[in-house]
Amino acid sequence: MKSDGELQAELMPPEGEQHAAPPPVQGMARRARPSAAWLRLRGILSNLASVPITLFGLAVVTFFIGRVVPIDPVLAIVGDRAPQDVVDRARLELGLDQPLYIQFWRYLGQIVHGDLGRSVMTSNPVTQDIARFLPATFELATLAIIIAVAIGVPLGVWAATQQGKLVDQAVRLFCLAGHSLPVFVLGLLSLLLFYATLGWAPGPGRQSIYFDGMVDVHTGILTIDSLIAGDWPAFWDALAHLAQPAGVLAFFSLAYIARMTRAFMLAELKSEYVTTARAKGLSSARIVWRHAFGNILVPLVTVLAMTYAGLLEGAVLTETIFSWPGLGQYLTVSLLNADMNAVLGATLVVGLIYVALNLLADMLYRLLDPRVK
Amino acid sequence: MLTRRSMLLATSAAAALPGALVAAPARAATPPGVIVFARQIDDIISLDPHEAFEYSASEMSANVYQKLVTTPNANPTEITGELAEKWEVSDDNKSFTFTLREGPKFASGQPVTAEDVAWSLHRVVAMNKSPAFIINQFGFTKDNVADRIKATGPRTVVLTTAEPTAPSFLLYCLSAAVGSIVEKAVVAPKATGDDWGNAWLKQNSAGSGPYALRQFRASESLMLDANPHSNVTAKTKRIVIRHMPDPSAQLLGVRQGDIDIARNLGADQIGQIQSDGRFTIQPSRKASLLYLSLNQKNANLAKPEVRQAIKWAIDYAAIQKNIVPTTYAVHQSFLPEGFPGALTDHPFSQKVDEAKALLAKAGLPNGFEVSFDFFSGAPISDIAQVVQANLALIGIRTRMLPGEMRAVITKTRSRQHDIALLRWGSDYFDPHSNAEAFSMNPDNGDDARNRTLAWRAGWDIPELTRRTAAAVKEVDSAKRAQTYLEIQKEHQQVSPFVIMLQEIEVAVSRPGVTGFDMGPMNDRNYYHNIVKA
Repeated sequence: MKSDGELQAELMPPEGEQHAAPPPVQGMARRARPSAAWLRLRGILSNLASVPITLFGLAVVTFFIGRVVPIDPVLAIVGDRAPQDVVDRARLELGLDQPLYIQFWRYLGQIVHGDLGRSVMTSNPVTQDIARFLPATFELATLAIIIAVAIGVPLGVWAATQQGKLVDQAVRLFCLAGHSLPVFVLGLLSLLLFYATLGWAPGPGRQSIYFDGMVDVHTGILTIDSLIAGDWPAFWDALAHLAQPAGVLAFFSLAYIARMTRAFMLAELKSEYVTTARAKGLSSARIVWRHAFGNILVPLVTVLAMTYAGLLEGAVLTETIFSWPGLGQYLTVSLLNADMNAVLGATLVVGLIYVALNLLADMLYRLLDPRVK
Repeated sequence: MLTRRSMLLATSAAAALPGALVAAPARAATPPGVIVFARQIDDIISLDPHEAFEYSASEMSANVYQKLVTTPNANPTEITGELAEKWEVSDDNKSFTFTLREGPKFASGQPVTAEDVAWSLHRVVAMNKSPAFIINQFGFTKDNVADRIKATGPRTVVLTTAEPTAPSFLLYCLSAAVGSIVEKAVVAPKATGDDWGNAWLKQNSAGSGPYALRQFRASESLMLDANPHSNVTAKTKRIVIRHMPDPSAQLLGVRQGDIDIARNLGADQIGQIQSDGRFTIQPSRKASLLYLSLNQKNANLAKPEVRQAIKWAIDYAAIQKNIVPTTYAVHQSFLPEGFPGALTDHPFSQKVDEAKALLAKAGLPNGFEVSFDFFSGAPISDIAQVVQANLALIGIRTRMLPGEMRAVITKTRSRQHDIALLRWGSDYFDPHSNAEAFSMNPDNGDDARNRTLAWRAGWDIPELTRRTAAAVKEVDSAKRAQTYLEIQKEHQQVSPFVIMLQEIEVAVSRPGVTGFDMGPMNDRNYYHNIVKA
């Protein structure tokens, strides 16, 4: 048996391309493997190197947008009624009397030390707030993306295989509804139907008041925390509360996922290799799932990663309707109050999530792309 | 090709997932011994009663802390003792001696002493947070407060004001949330640096009211448990206030029985639930006004006839009836109804011809153009549109500038607006709170220290300022109220403020839930008598 690397080395013609790779490190076997691994590593490293630059850019843009917003940040702290000396003192404490570039420099210094400052609205350190709001959003977004992928991807594939037929039209209509119905309408309708009329689902909020504060916080993700505590009633309660908002978000996302999957699949199914495979008598399931689907995985992963990132950013309207204390609500309330530390902190975290998911998608390409194998 | 059957199997299995999750049964009622409120509580910045100024936090203070004196909601102009049993005023109206009641106890079980009272008021003055001016306006400063507010015995506290002071004015101010008494023995050891325990008290409580704070999670929930030692008995052991930002969700919650009392229903939702008939709809006039500020820096708006014309152009009754039938009432003077000395006349109504004639008299028969700032949320934006249409009838063309609430306030605070639609809630239950805001402007200069609403409208009024300042010194309560009536009558006619509406707070309770006591201010909303059948 030959290892993958050896096989690759055998198949790979000795072209100039290979010589362009950096010389293998001393002591390593002179095979193609180290150079391919090096290329992979280099790709990841260059991606990693772009992280601080991306975040720096994000910080610059958010910071300066935050300062030109026509809301006096002192107002959020001391309110509209405070006498002038209280206002002046607060302005001084915030360092708002300094020129912008000095304020920005100070802020950068802080974040390098992992200090995102204190939120005005909650009076907690921003890191602490995010540690509380992000798990709620993470829980919601993760369940939503799981449902969306589990339904959206097969639906898209199915529609592509039945192009132009009734099924395809039905799926398209379904997706159109999911994509064009505003999410707050969907959320309210869902509450009206499942909560108020049928009584199947609990109302807004993360848990019933019976369970409020009953489960110790470990991860901040209620379903997981209640499992850690071994408290099954609390787990089912949390899951039941999660189902509706997650379902609404999932419907919204799966419409997009199914549409994209269908489009990718259609392109593949028209390729010549599919015709060849059919001519050779391969089963349709094998053609669709192994060959065509295998080939759309790379673009599909990008779509999924970005959809997931979008969900993790926090869905303000869904969170508002379902009283879900997530990142979206936090970010919006902070923004409307010119609570700049909170806005900057949360934006940086969202940026970090995007970058991380991008990196993950990049790594997955290398695993999934048949050409890399 | 794929068989239809295999695809169906795959998708239906996936579709069944969320269905299985929602199968857990919904509960039809809140647990016994607990009252659940639905409310927007994301306004809470601090729960320290000496720092908090927001609606939700003031309301919590009222139920967790006690003040020296208070005003009963049945008769809000009367002053009664809460922690104080009685008080005496010296002949020169400068020295106020309070004798404490026996009986009030903190949640720790310790009795409330004169030392706690003095220390709490020292704390207000020394920390000098936003609401501190309510106490500081009697001449207390960080340096003199130790002498001016003194515990002279275990149950006696003496306050000495800098100037002769109207007793009603001082007592009303002490009845505000900022006058809450905290337990020194609990708070003082929590101090870090010179913060007087502020960081700790932001999220904890140390009061003698019927409830104590159990848990607070910002933008999520606030939970109070009965204080077993309090001299005021809480009929329900636990109060849970859930943050529900969406009024429609609050409506569904109270209908389903998951919520006992919903606090933020809009006029639409109240209309819906009224038709149901089973729910208790409890309106309470709030000390909060909706008004137009006409900036006097705009040459056209500075003309007296133009100000009058605008007041005659607006259809107050139609706005109230069509947009905010249950949540606002027409009101046209700066003291809200329910306050001592409030003027309840409504001299203005829509008279387009008279308004046009006034504009012509001002030399502007063809009208003019101005900018109009307002908050973009409901129902304010709807009201703004009617105002725009009303003003258009007399030829005043408005450039609509909807914005976030704080952005509008920021703009008016720097006198950059022409016309702005604003809301003003009184800071404390005394006529002076609004009188100072609307009819005092000691220095109209751009760098003035005291930036009242009159200053923000650029309205230079030395004479009215003097009269308003004199009113607060009137020691005879009846005479004092009379002076405010006179000031309001004149103010109503000449001021650059078009006061239009007074807010009505509406609480909607589930059938069988009774006893929620609501007053004119948020620090007068009490929970301790709430019960459910």
